[in-house]
Amino acid sequence: MTEITEVPSPFCGIGTDDLTISVDGLSLKVLSNGCAVNTPAFEQVVTDFKPRVGGNQVALEHAVAKAVEILQDSSQPIIGGCATDVNGMRALLALADRCGAVVDQLNFNAARRNYLAMQDSGWMTTTLAEVKNRCDLLLVVGKDLESFVPRFFERYLWNQGSMFLEDTANREVIYLGKAPSGTAQVSPNGKQAQVLTCADADLPEVVAVLRALVKGHKIVVDSVGGIKVSDLQTVVERLQAAKYGVVTWAASALAFDQAELAVQSVCELIKDINDQGSRCSGLPLSGKEGDLTASQVAGWISGYPARISYAKGYPEYDPYLYDSRAMIENGEGDALLWVQAFNSKAIPPVADFPTIVLGRSGMVFDKEPDVYIPLGTPGIDHAGYAYRTDSVVAIRLKKLRDSGLPSTAGVLSAIEKAL
Amino acid sequence: MLIKLTGGTVYDPAGGIDGQKRDIYIQDGRIVDRPAADVKIDQEYDLTGKVVMSGAIDMHTHIGGGKGNIARILLPEDHRSDPVIRTNLTRSGSGHAMPSTYVTGYRYAEMGYTTAFEPAVLPVNARQAHMEMSDIPILDKGGYAMLGSDDYLLRMLTAKKDQKAVNDYVAWTLQASKCIGIKVVNAGGISAFKFNQRKLDLDEKNAHYDVTPRQILQTLAIAVKELGVPHPLHVHGCNLGVPGNVDTTLDTIQGVGGLPMHLTHIQFHSYGTEGDFKFSSGAAQIAEAVNKHKNITIDVGQILFGQTITASGDNMRQHANHKHAHPNKWVCMDIECDAGCGVVPFKYKDQNFVNALQWAIGLEIFLLVNDPWRVFLTTDHPNGAPFTTYPHLIRLLMDKSFRNDMLATIHPEAQKMTTLAAIDREYTLNEIAIMTRAGAAKLIGLKDRGGLTAGNWGDITVYTENADRQKMFEKPDYVFKDGELVVKDGQIVHVKWGTTHIVKPDYDTSVEKDLKHYFDRYLTMKMGNFKISDDEFTEDGRGSLTAHPLQGGAQ
Repeated sequence: MTEITEVPSPFCGIGTDDLTISVDGLSLKVLSNGCAVNTPAFEQVVTDFKPRVGGNQVALEHAVAKAVEILQDSSQPIIGGCATDVNGMRALLALADRCGAVVDQLNFNAARRNYLAMQDSGWMTTTLAEVKNRCDLLLVVGKDLESFVPRFFERYLWNQGSMFLEDTANREVIYLGKAPSGTAQVSPNGKQAQVLTCADADLPEVVAVLRALVKGHKIVVDSVGGIKVSDLQTVVERLQAAKYGVVTWAASALAFDQAELAVQSVCELIKDINDQGSRCSGLPLSGKEGDLTASQVAGWISGYPARISYAKGYPEYDPYLYDSRAMIENGEGDALLWVQAFNSKAIPPVADFPTIVLGRSGMVFDKEPDVYIPLGTPGIDHAGYAYRTDSVVAIRLKKLRDSGLPSTAGVLSAIEKAL
Repeated sequence: MLIKLTGGTVYDPAGGIDGQKRDIYIQDGRIVDRPAADVKIDQEYDLTGKVVMSGAIDMHTHIGGGKGNIARILLPEDHRSDPVIRTNLTRSGSGHAMPSTYVTGYRYAEMGYTTAFEPAVLPVNARQAHMEMSDIPILDKGGYAMLGSDDYLLRMLTAKKDQKAVNDYVAWTLQASKCIGIKVVNAGGISAFKFNQRKLDLDEKNAHYDVTPRQILQTLAIAVKELGVPHPLHVHGCNLGVPGNVDTTLDTIQGVGGLPMHLTHIQFHSYGTEGDFKFSSGAAQIAEAVNKHKNITIDVGQILFGQTITASGDNMRQHANHKHAHPNKWVCMDIECDAGCGVVPFKYKDQNFVNALQWAIGLEIFLLVNDPWRVFLTTDHPNGAPFTTYPHLIRLLMDKSFRNDMLATIHPEAQKMTTLAAIDREYTLNEIAIMTRAGAAKLIGLKDRGGLTAGNWGDITVYTENADRQKMFEKPDYVFKDGELVVKDGQIVHVKWGTTHIVKPDYDTSVEKDLKHYFDRYLTMKMGNFKISDDEFTEDGRGSLTAHPLQGGAQ
């Protein structure tokens, strides 16, 4: 048994890299600094090693050959999932370029809310170390932060040392929309976050009013979405008075139509506050299941985030048209390659055409795919890189054990070579 | 494999050859002396009537790293206008202002460039910069690590740590981020913006730290020199784009006290406040100062008209300029107690007075600085214009009548505010070769690159002589990279992978004691996970590291 320290996690999105993990053969145990997201993701038992074709166990070469056959017979392949590490995405895009595939990351409908706002008017954002050292006011919009990233408060808000705050316990936290589910947001000196809840459906209106108040517009109603306008006015004043206010949101939580407009309202009010003479920054939360990794790599290799089509021989970006789930439902493809190296529960949508799955070992299917190749997990079975939520830091993932499970890049490159 | 390039007219300033006929021999990737008469030549290229130079080196171009990728993602409409289709040899991608990585490599190579340096590598984002650059085919590459607004250095300076301690930190940073030089962007200003300062002059203190930009520049310039890093401190000055900043720039030149210093995209720092619009050219003063101070080198950061996108570490100035964004969308970021970035799309217009004069100022600087070994051809890609405009820029420098024709079309008030029409100078081919090859290799300290004498690597570009210099430089006949033919008639014929150039100055390993504590207490990753290891470059089977010698007996 060996013990590995300073293990970075690709699962939680906030780049925790202080885990200690014991390795006993193939069995992993998180000894310290685990959390509700990371611990089960690391400790998951490997249940299958052998690729399958038509439900029968075969050698890897045979599974690759079958995958090649399916892709060769396809005139419009769809590559979904796209949940893997940097090298996995590099190989995935090389293959997509080669066979004219559509590439779509599984979280893109959520990520789209951010990209549409960013590509329309831009934003001002910050990163985790700036939050850790500077943030004196955190406004959490539309999300129960602690269930999403359990260690956020411990690592980045209630941290002991801060370069620019005398006492991190004096930081202020405001929840707008959702209430916190636990007590992580309570400061070490017992101070509770201010909580202003509303229904998800009312959030666009609430943030629109918040932005109007930032701009100094008069609001004639007394309340919006059940929140008093005077309370929102106080939020605005606190944001304007903060030395380094941070507004965070998770696009995946904003599951209502045209949520990009709510994101845009948030981003624009942050810009307005900066133009008025105070500092304020956004912190969009994601970084799960390779979503940012996919869009970063697609960004430099294709020029666009991870929802693109190579059907015409060059990358085309359309945040709606190349939604793989819609394409599968509408029969707009004729082969599906699903890549999911992090989460064995994230199985592909059922398609009525040939399906190849490169999945984290342990996937259980409703409908057995034509080809299944169990993958090693980046950061467990092989080294790699994953982007964390602020898009800046690509954490260097470690190999923790020798499982013999192949990497995404290894399998996809083998398929591309054989095409 | 022995290759002979026969009868070309060679411009090799590093070897002292200025337009003479020479045969060049390449064996196993390197240029070799003429072999014995009985040695068999495997392949011969008849270069009679052709112009031969070494492969061009872009010493300042934003080709890798976070802000560049933000720039790519921010402007899908720009990419849509320039799709790049896959071929049997090359990958697909997208082009124009901030091309995708593969397209960057192909387009540089197709213009005869074989090496390019990313000038703004945030140490915390260095992994991304190198990952992007390792997806740029054909070119050699490297980066300059950004310091000067990182809290660690500012804390050291405030605590009056000695120069030796700073040197150790600088050397550690170079090794941890795998870079070849040190860059300062708006010294201390990126940090000051986080404390809500909106401008920072050369002698103005950071609101939190007891430090001025002048101190930062001096300390880092000394560190770079004492460590023996060949490339002088690479400085993006204070007050970028601010009318009147010519005084700051002159003060920066004088204030560094004779230490080697490279002032980058100096065009953006050469503005006066004269005239009806309170915006004028400071080019003559800048050129005079550069001519006089032999410790100073510059690159111009020429603007050329059209749509582009600016991506800079200088979030303070980028934020101040966001009102000029075209289209109106922009991104600013504070980054990891390390640095920041600002990404603002720009459309430079010849009928806009300021833009027109910026164009003229850049050209004035090129033409008034008299030593081509100390001025370098850049557009600060993509900030002044995409790198694909270089052939046009070369024509502007080499062809006075073309230049004056262009001048006659810009905003009339800008024409009145520039002395450009009165400047007769035309760059020679030898001077172009200095600026884009020999001088750049010397400035960065690249061993065995940028020259055509025996021992150099076989990075060679062959052009057909053409009075239209834009046409000539747009489409080389041949480009060799490490002795392999990669471009023929302006088209990629072979794809290979270049190396990453670095320096490895020594440091006292005890520097890591403090750093480890700092990382644990204040940052969000472990020091051990921050440092980039050598095998991260080689594990994909196509990358490599090339460490260059240090100067002045430094280890």
